[in-house]
Amino acid sequence: MNFTTRKAIPLVLLLLLGSVFYALFAGYTPDETLNRSASYYASQTVQDTGAQNVVTAIIVTYRGLDTLGEVTVLFLTAAIVGLVLAHSKAPKGRSGSGFLPSGELLTTGTRMLVPVILLFGAYVFLNGHLTPGGGFQGGAIVASAMLLMLLSDSAERFSHRLISRIESSAGLTYVILGLLGMLFAGGFLDNRILPLGSFGSILSAGAIPLIYALIGLKVGAEFSSILTSLEATEDSQ
Amino acid sequence: MTLLTFMAALLAVASLGAAVIALVTRSTVVAVLSAGLVSLFASVMFLLLAAPDVAMTEAAIGSGLTTFLFFFVLGRIRREGTK
Repeated sequence: MNFTTRKAIPLVLLLLLGSVFYALFAGYTPDETLNRSASYYASQTVQDTGAQNVVTAIIVTYRGLDTLGEVTVLFLTAAIVGLVLAHSKAPKGRSGSGFLPSGELLTTGTRMLVPVILLFGAYVFLNGHLTPGGGFQGGAIVASAMLLMLLSDSAERFSHRLISRIESSAGLTYVILGLLGMLFAGGFLDNRILPLGSFGSILSAGAIPLIYALIGLKVGAEFSSILTSLEATEDSQ
Repeated sequence: MTLLTFMAALLAVASLGAAVIALVTRSTVVAVLSAGLVSLFASVMFLLLAAPDVAMTEAAIGSGLTTFLFFFVLGRIRREGTK
């Protein structure tokens, strides 16, 4: 009896979830035209912000405050992970957790790949206003290069201080740029504090490349600090 | 049936298959890899639906960083096991 109820509950839950999704699917009709805010973004983005990639213009300028909130959530996550793991932190001079020694293939491959991955991450966040991609994607790519370094050579720890310096200065500059937008342009995080430049070139769209580079650095530093604090914990004896 | 619908159906079946493999397999490594594969299929789906920005995030975080993180922790657990 007990066994059958335990089996029945997940099935009922799955059925309920399935019916909700089915109702959504059955009631779906594709829109013929863009709704009002979407058509505003589609028609006005180029002359408002000068960005080629509409998604970036929305994320960095129109919804810039939301992006600041997202970055703050990520920062809080990194801070809490660091706080929780600080109890089991390896003392100075000890090597921390480490791994079984990594193979020749991983070590050599890492040496070759890490600069390329870092370069690609920087490319993604610097070209956020022109091509798909941006700070979050680029930051995650940068952090994956850091993770590869940690995997291949665990003795090579990054300086926590450097990571937190990059993180906090990027965050501070981001907020200051937002406030400058309030002073010199239309509002908080307005990108027109810098000239819009010629459409489609790398130095265009006002402050968007600058802001996205800062977001990229901040996201990369936050992910790296989570990974480093995971790495720096000591095994329980 | 248009090509897009066909591709979407194919991706849906493939990601369902990968998700089932992740659930039923006995090997943790295979489970982690197929969970990453679900994210990869999802990001291809986003790309087909003309959302390359979301696709990049999904590929970088969902299938890249998360899979790596699982292996990272798996390595820790193995090391503690050999002690």
